[in-house]
Amino acid sequence: MSRTTRDLLILAGIFALLAALPFLGLPGWVLTYTARIMAFAICAVALDLVLGYGGLVSLGHAAFLGIGSYAAGILLAENVDDFFVGLGAGMAAAGLYALVTGAVAVRTKGVAFIMITLAFGQMAYFVANALSEYGGSDGLTLWSRASIGGRAALKDRTLYFVILAGLLLSVAIVRLVTASPFGAALRAARNNPERVTALGYDVDRVRLAAYVLSAVLCGGAGVLIANLTSFVSPALMAWQRSGEFIVMVILGGAGTPWGALAGAFAVLALEEGLSLATQHWKIVFGALLVLAVLFTRGGIAGLLDRSAK
Amino acid sequence: MLKVRGLSAGYGDARVLFDVDLDVGDGEVVALLGRNGMGKTTTVRAITGLLPPQAGTIEFDGRRLDGLPAHEAGRAGIGLVPEGRQVFPTLTVEENLVATAASRFGAARWTTKRVYELFPRLEERRRHMGSQLSGGEQQMLAIGRALMTNPKLVILDEATEGLAPLIRREIRRVMAALKAEGESILVIDKSLDALMRIADRHVVLEKGHVVWTGTTAELAADREAVEKKLHV
Repeated sequence: MSRTTRDLLILAGIFALLAALPFLGLPGWVLTYTARIMAFAICAVALDLVLGYGGLVSLGHAAFLGIGSYAAGILLAENVDDFFVGLGAGMAAAGLYALVTGAVAVRTKGVAFIMITLAFGQMAYFVANALSEYGGSDGLTLWSRASIGGRAALKDRTLYFVILAGLLLSVAIVRLVTASPFGAALRAARNNPERVTALGYDVDRVRLAAYVLSAVLCGGAGVLIANLTSFVSPALMAWQRSGEFIVMVILGGAGTPWGALAGAFAVLALEEGLSLATQHWKIVFGALLVLAVLFTRGGIAGLLDRSAK
Repeated sequence: MLKVRGLSAGYGDARVLFDVDLDVGDGEVVALLGRNGMGKTTTVRAITGLLPPQAGTIEFDGRRLDGLPAHEAGRAGIGLVPEGRQVFPTLTVEENLVATAASRFGAARWTTKRVYELFPRLEERRRHMGSQLSGGEQQMLAIGRALMTNPKLVILDEATEGLAPLIRREIRRVMAALKAEGESILVIDKSLDALMRIADRHVVLEKGHVVWTGTTAELAADREAVEKKLHV
């Protein structure tokens, strides 16, 4: 079995499992928590496009998630409750912020890129804190979810499938993009930017395009999270969350077909599991993370690749 | 096609090129000669915009290139096959070819199919990673990658360096084929014999200055003097 076939089977398996979950008679919180993981997994998959394939470590991706959430939240607070209007607004707002900040950020590299994305992320965080009309640092509680086509507000189960569809689309988009000539140029620019430049490509623009696409997907995830939790707050944009996305990508396996996806599930399930066991779960989690980085080069996906040999 | 006048360039305070003039005409093959460290690769880097010139002009196809961002040289139609090949290691052969492929001047003359015809070996290895190729295969890929940008001028920087004689012959066969196709080529190579077979004109660099220039016939007549400038 070729590696591509194997990876497609793994992806199909993950999505089949996720699609079957609501029919297994599990308690409601399991579905809600899985939906939450799936929404964050969208961000991990999107971040992988710039981090794994583009080689750009963005420490500001939580801002795009938060901007998407706030766009959806503010629209709902203003009684605009069509789901797709919120989704469009959230994706557009995140994309626009990425276009403006990314145009500056992609001109830097390495540590400077990390710092500048962190700075732009924090800017969004503090703006959200200052939005006193929409809850300020307390956040904004949403009294109802969005609705599709003027019907009743989205129910838990429907929203679960909407988020699942969003995740599936995100994975498909990132996969199609990375397999395209544009994706090859993005990966080539990671290998050797000067070479790509000499061949007539403006590397900054290639990277900016990937950065904006990634942000748009995160913005969409933000809209989903806002509807799922009926609450948006600046905490969504905290830089620690950007760090968590990086951990998901690295732990799962950066630049691999399903690594970021697996990483998101591993990190969030582990957090939840450990925090149930002990309130000092971060100590255990930290130790596990160190071990994972030391012993699973290439993350979970890399582990499987090596055991297959 | 390419018109370089009074080009000076260097790295920091170290000046490498002094007042270099260089022309490549349409469909012409020009050889750039000189010992190691005389400024051949620096000339190429300046022409392709990777090293901003300190003085002089670079005109390509009637358009000034000096001072423009580096990707503009590629966009204007200069396809560089760099020294040391520099294929993308984590991309497959085919991805290496399509990643930067373009046809900016009408219909594409070079497609993956035609590159594979030129180098059947690459087609056999199309799914292999760049890092898994032999030196010769990497060189073929670097040439194919440059052709895929459908350039007006191909620059080959030491395209046969460090290759086995058989592979070297294969690369030279391709250079001759490209010339027969009417491609304009600027070629850097160590073998004077090989260059005399393929190039129309020759430019010799010594310590950053152009010290000799002439046609292949003139070079043949003046060979002894030129060789002195090429060998230690």
